[in-house]
Amino acid sequence: MINGHFQRRHQVKNTLQRIRNGLGGLGAAVFMTGCRQMPLLDPKGPIGEAQRHLIITTFALMLIVVVPVFVLVFWFTRKYRASNSKATYAPQWAYSAPIDSVIWLVPVVIVIALSYFTWTGTFRLDPYKPIAAAHEPLPIEVVSLDWKWLFIYPEQNIAVVNQLVFPANVPLRFKLTSDSVMTSFFIPRLGSQMYAMAGMQTQLNLMADEPGVYTGHNQEFSGRGYADMHFKAIAATPGEFQAWLAKVRQSSDVLDTARFAQLRKPTTANPVAFFSSVEPALFQRIVRTYRGWMGPMTAPDRPGTMGHDSGPMPPQAADADHPSPAKRKEG
Amino acid sequence: MTAQALRHAVPLEVAENHHAVELQTFGFWIYLMSDLVLFATLFATFGVIGPNTAGGPTGKELFDLPYLFGETLFLLFSSGTYGMAVLALHDDKRGQVLLWLGITFLLGLGFVSMEINEFHGLIAAGHGPQRSGFLSAFFTLVGTHGAHVTSGLIWMAVMIGQVLTKGLTTPVRSRLMRLSMFWHFLDIVWIGVFSLVYLMGVV
Amino acid sequence: MFGKLTLAAIPYDQPIVMGAVGGALLLALIILGLITYYRQWPYLWREWLTSLDHKKIGIMYIILALIMLLRGFSDAILMRSQQALAVGASQGYLPPQHFDQIFGAHGTIMIVFMAMPFLTGLMNIIVPQQIGARDVAFPFLNAVSLWLSVAGALLVMVSLGVGEFSRTGWSGIAPLFETQYNPGTGVDYWMWAFQVAGIGSTLTGINFLVTILKLRAPGMTLMRMPLFVWTALTTNVLMILAFPPLTVAFALLALDRYLGMHFFTNALGGNMMMWNNLFWIWGHPEVYIVILPAFGIFSEVVATFSGKRLFGYESLVYATAAIMILSFTVWLHHFFTMGNSPGVNTFFGITTMMIAIPTGVKVYDWLFTMYRGRIRFTTPMYWTLGFLTTFVIGGMTGVLMALPPADYVVHNSLFLIAHFHNMLIPGAVFGYFAGYAYWFPKAVGFRLDETWGKRAFWCWFIGFYLAFAPLYILGFMGMPRRMEHYWNPAWQPYLIIAAAGTALILAGIVMQGIQLVVSIRHRHANRDLTGDPWDGRTLEWTTASPPAVYNFAVLPRVEDIDALTHMKATGRANTLPERFEDIPIPNNSAVGFFIGILAFLFGFAMVWYIWWLTMASALGILLLIIIRSVDDDTETVIPASEVQRMEAVRHRQARPALRPLPAGGTMS
Repeated sequence: MINGHFQRRHQVKNTLQRIRNGLGGLGAAVFMTGCRQMPLLDPKGPIGEAQRHLIITTFALMLIVVVPVFVLVFWFTRKYRASNSKATYAPQWAYSAPIDSVIWLVPVVIVIALSYFTWTGTFRLDPYKPIAAAHEPLPIEVVSLDWKWLFIYPEQNIAVVNQLVFPANVPLRFKLTSDSVMTSFFIPRLGSQMYAMAGMQTQLNLMADEPGVYTGHNQEFSGRGYADMHFKAIAATPGEFQAWLAKVRQSSDVLDTARFAQLRKPTTANPVAFFSSVEPALFQRIVRTYRGWMGPMTAPDRPGTMGHDSGPMPPQAADADHPSPAKRKEG
Repeated sequence: MTAQALRHAVPLEVAENHHAVELQTFGFWIYLMSDLVLFATLFATFGVIGPNTAGGPTGKELFDLPYLFGETLFLLFSSGTYGMAVLALHDDKRGQVLLWLGITFLLGLGFVSMEINEFHGLIAAGHGPQRSGFLSAFFTLVGTHGAHVTSGLIWMAVMIGQVLTKGLTTPVRSRLMRLSMFWHFLDIVWIGVFSLVYLMGVV
Repeated sequence: MFGKLTLAAIPYDQPIVMGAVGGALLLALIILGLITYYRQWPYLWREWLTSLDHKKIGIMYIILALIMLLRGFSDAILMRSQQALAVGASQGYLPPQHFDQIFGAHGTIMIVFMAMPFLTGLMNIIVPQQIGARDVAFPFLNAVSLWLSVAGALLVMVSLGVGEFSRTGWSGIAPLFETQYNPGTGVDYWMWAFQVAGIGSTLTGINFLVTILKLRAPGMTLMRMPLFVWTALTTNVLMILAFPPLTVAFALLALDRYLGMHFFTNALGGNMMMWNNLFWIWGHPEVYIVILPAFGIFSEVVATFSGKRLFGYESLVYATAAIMILSFTVWLHHFFTMGNSPGVNTFFGITTMMIAIPTGVKVYDWLFTMYRGRIRFTTPMYWTLGFLTTFVIGGMTGVLMALPPADYVVHNSLFLIAHFHNMLIPGAVFGYFAGYAYWFPKAVGFRLDETWGKRAFWCWFIGFYLAFAPLYILGFMGMPRRMEHYWNPAWQPYLIIAAAGTALILAGIVMQGIQLVVSIRHRHANRDLTGDPWDGRTLEWTTASPPAVYNFAVLPRVEDIDALTHMKATGRANTLPERFEDIPIPNNSAVGFFIGILAFLFGFAMVWYIWWLTMASALGILLLIIIRSVDDDTETVIPASEVQRMEAVRHRQARPALRPLPAGGTMS
């Protein structure tokens, strides 16, 4: 459903974009020159694409308030300079109901419009929301370590350090946690980032709509090795993906309890490493290290305003991968 | 003109003092509001991580309600006795002011002692603030209140000294009234602590 | 005896740090030596360090702010030059353990020890004068606030040479700042410096709120208060309500680090997300604490130099109040990417955007103040116009970031860095500089040099765009903040431009230094004898420049928003009162100064686990408070005859300099 929406938009997008860019003045120059080098303005997936669209729309709307400011600053300062004795001087003039109304009403209307975009956009682009697509989603478990990323592919029973390979046009369902400090997992070309936190399980849904080699990194400062905490995110064709899986499966390295204990020790600029098999439910074990006392870890975490842990859920709601609509409504 | 005329109608000294007292009282009120936000934040913290017992003991297992009720009575009565001190202050009865301040001080001291005893018992039993988020938040919230009461006691001791040496002068009266506000404020906060931490912890 | 403190705490192996320490020490020695040589210690002690005069306290606050601006800006130079170099295999010249301290120090210093003292200093000098008061409500408390700020700043400065500073950013990152991940002294320095200064700010808030609500001159109703007083009032309310959560946040962190509790830890029931909440419940109102007074300054400046009454005064007041209230409802936008439910993110996104409404209204009110005015392009006016044109861009990017789905891609990127510098440099710093130039003659008695002031402005203005426009682009290029080095060569050209911008701002700061020196040299030519060098509109321009210790010999009577303009129009300005009265003024007190010293020692002892010193300094503070609290003799009265003599002298000096001010006329 989402996907169809995106494709339709894609077709009319270019023409619309040009018009908007034309309006955008300064912004347009920025957009058009370096777009290729700007992952956020040249996204490779539906989420990033929708976010780009939202950014540009918002930008255009705000110009309604901002452009007159520039015009008035130059006009008023020129016309009413002290040396221009011809201009009207009204030292007591300090109120005008029409002006007062306009300067309150226009921003109010714009913010109402923006609120609408916020409302719809935030729900539509909720990182926890699965992406509807022709293919079944690929689950990937992301564990943030000091200072490297561990990617566990539970269905394939493999794990990789500092490299993420996935088929294009297949929705990716990330579950994230940290075995150390807080980090933020981000692949700019695909869209949304998400925090990874110890004892918590956050979620992120992304998709690439064309094959390519992108970069992912940590966007939240996490200590000495932070600057090197980046990795290649490779959107592959189905064939390439299968070939890559086969290559990982040939690795002699196995991620069992002992190997993980070794892996979690702090390292900087850790080289890419392949693990042909993974300790069962390693991800859950890592989360439980920090809050095992809360009972079985079942639902994804949804911190509210004061950071409520969602806590243990009753068994009937215990399907973490397919949260029921009712449950997702809770804040 | 009228304002100025008024100013000269009242002896300057008295007018100035009155003005100063009014400022100080108002300023102290605002300080109390700020302190209230501080307690509110601690309550919120307790609300968030209070449930995180981390496999350790819960409030239900730890809190001794009858003991705490006794502790509470000490503080509640001390508010009443401070009220008596204020009444005596209005009647200019220095001896009675001292008497009631002394009683208030002893009641406050009793409260703090009981709290220290409770904390000591918990820590000795291995339920110290390091045990869990719940106990960290508990010790911090209750302890912050206890630290406030302790400062109140130090202040009260200083005030008893001032009443003894200076008598009931305008500045001393003003200070006694502010201490009164502080003392009643701590009483109100304690009611919050008692109901939200202890009662709800046991229920 | 010295806790963890050994000689190894001094970073001998880091030439850059040692150079900075050496330079700072040398400078301090030279200053101390000069004071000793010219035998100025008694003067310094009597007239400044122990003074409770709000104007002098204000000047000391601003000196602190300017010194810390230099320190914070040095950090900016280091960061920008490191990032201009450190691409790919090149690691630049700063090792991570040093770079990671710098960005935290830069933020902490600029917010807590530059912006806060600057605005508090301006409030100190101006608010009592604008409301027609002789002093603040609690002069002694005012001194305590000042010396607590100084103590905090000193802690940050000492961390440079003894130990280290925090490597967890200015806002702290849970659980990175826990002992497990950061066992060193850096986090402790940051925490105690912040905490000590924060308590000072809470006291300032209380003090000025009472001052504004209770000490206004007869006739000055709330709706006749100058805009700067209004913004000071709202800032004080924010200080009173927002600082306690910060105090709690740091206290809880201290309990975690010193006593092993579990507030923000990973395990045993800690909740790291609580830190973000507690910190930003203070942190977002803090943005308005530093920006609102600057809005007040712009309002004063734009009205004065347009020679016109402020447009939409009531709108501006309500907009200010609206910002004050809304600022408490937006803190979660600092962490939209934490996995909150879309409903929660939507709520905080919309409340954040709502702040843009009153802010936009203000911008248009200032614009229409210029409409049909007679604009004089002085330095303060330059800063104001620079603000108007630049701030709106920051507002635009701010609204963009308020949109949660947009924030998901620009959060923690250089776009964010560009955005908040785009708010705080024009919004706060330009405002303070406008206030500095505008009120300098009032505080010191002579005007600042206009030529150098305008040169400095252009360097700052153009330098700002050069330094931060590339950061917006880098944000879209996906560059995260706080990178000690980076892998993407495409980022480097923009970072080099940004570094060039920083160099231009440096030139601006140097020019401000030159401006000060030139102005002091030419002080006789630029002396303000009238007390009203700009044809001002509000009460502070009725006092002498610099004002007498009591500000007003006779409390003024206020009949209009532009109280002085109204007096000029009705011929009541510059008249010598007929009757004088005795005026009580607060005695000097060294207690505030000593509380500051003890607070510094307390913080230092906590950082290094020197427990006996911790106890001793805490007890010392308690003792000083008790000593002060029982003191009934805190005021001296200046007899009416003396006041009369002082006022007569002032009027004799001012008369030749006074411009002819016919009744009903204002200078055009």
